[in-house]
Amino acid sequence: MSWLIVGTVPRVDFPLTWGKYFSNGRTLAVNGLSVNVVRGTPALMATASVTAEVLGIDPPEVLLAGDTGLGQGSRDLYAYLVDNLDRVSHAGLTFHYLQPDVFWHNKILWGLEERVEPPILAADAGFMYVAKMSGFAAHYDLFTPDAGELAFLADENAPHPFYTRGFLLQEEEQVPELIARAHTGKNAARHLLIKGKKDYVVSGGTVVFEVDAPDVPAMEPIGGTGDSLTGLVTALLASGMDMARACRTAALANRYLGLLADPTPAHGVADLLPFLPRAVELALKKTES
Amino acid sequence: MNYLRRFFAKKSTTPKSGLSEKGLLLYHSTGEVIRAESLLKEAGLEVAVKGPPPDLRQGCDMVIEFPLLQEMRVREILAGHNLPPLRVAVAQDHVLEPVSLYHVKEFGDFLMVRAANMKITVDRRDQRIVNVSGGGCPDVPYLAEMLVGKRLHQAVEPRTMGQTLCGYALQLAFEEMIRRCPG
Repeated sequence: MSWLIVGTVPRVDFPLTWGKYFSNGRTLAVNGLSVNVVRGTPALMATASVTAEVLGIDPPEVLLAGDTGLGQGSRDLYAYLVDNLDRVSHAGLTFHYLQPDVFWHNKILWGLEERVEPPILAADAGFMYVAKMSGFAAHYDLFTPDAGELAFLADENAPHPFYTRGFLLQEEEQVPELIARAHTGKNAARHLLIKGKKDYVVSGGTVVFEVDAPDVPAMEPIGGTGDSLTGLVTALLASGMDMARACRTAALANRYLGLLADPTPAHGVADLLPFLPRAVELALKKTES
Repeated sequence: MNYLRRFFAKKSTTPKSGLSEKGLLLYHSTGEVIRAESLLKEAGLEVAVKGPPPDLRQGCDMVIEFPLLQEMRVREILAGHNLPPLRVAVAQDHVLEPVSLYHVKEFGDFLMVRAANMKITVDRRDQRIVNVSGGGCPDVPYLAEMLVGKRLHQAVEPRTMGQTLCGYALQLAFEEMIRRCPG
């Protein structure tokens, strides 16, 4: 299945580009442009590419823009995508680090839903925020929040995790309650892959898998380990795997990645990539049964 | 199946509830509101003066509505002109307040501080910032690249480079880390 990753690169000089990309370890190549794998969308892309190779499938395509937070790159990307929706023949899309903008979000979502065969829609980071902010969260197939972001989804009035009320600090212990609130309020996607000390795979508001081992605490402070999880599940879905197994396999593989790499909190996500093929193989074996 | 999915998707194209993207700046006086509005408009921000809800009146009968995601930039501009607002609120639900509690975790020599959805981690042996994680807005990867590898007390504060609420949350985590790791 073909897949499109939509996100940003933290550079003002990076032009809008759409195409296939190739992973060279700590860098990625797309349409003659080079991108460093540090965190954010490039980390997602690198993980998806390596995982796709293990699975024997083509890597996803990518639509990227440079954006350091002013939002212009994201808005240019949104406008380009809306003008080129007929180019989106992919089975699924993963939206990532993008400046939240309800106007453009809605135009994209409605355009994609007009397709005869609507694609599978996954959202993380800024685009998950705007999907919830828009009131259309339930139109998505997958969100990948951490426990704090789940608290934001569960708070029907919060427009951003910065303003989330009432669930401070103890989110991990409240995950089942927060899942129910987010689902009841239609502020969750049809499926959730919640990352934390324990990962939860949720379908239709019901927890279908819990994954809590192996546990590598040093993964939490490493920037990009949430992006790697989203990259893993993106490639697994692109292979045609069903949603629940893809989420469980991704959660396991990200944990094996930590176990095999044995990082300190000072490691970068690129340091972990050499261990990814083995981590994916172990997770696939574990979820076969 | 696809026909059914499309049918139901079209039926539900009206959001169940759109949440506010707007924030409100509150000041003591009308003059301050007007000066702040001028500054923000000159900076190219889409702002508007509005009448506040009754229970938000704190001595001024006008508030400035602004794009909430640009709160950090707004605060920076106003602070640069010595015009900080009395209070910032979400337009739709003014009882919402920014996260003000911190989550602190130790990993041996490393200390991680989280504010809202942003985390910063420092090696206490040399006070070097070793990681920044969390967040979802596009300034986060940029801010992380600017901060990681720098000594905590020599690093440029996130508020000088950040543009979004995620950037502002990182600033709060940064300030709390400095408080916990004095030079």
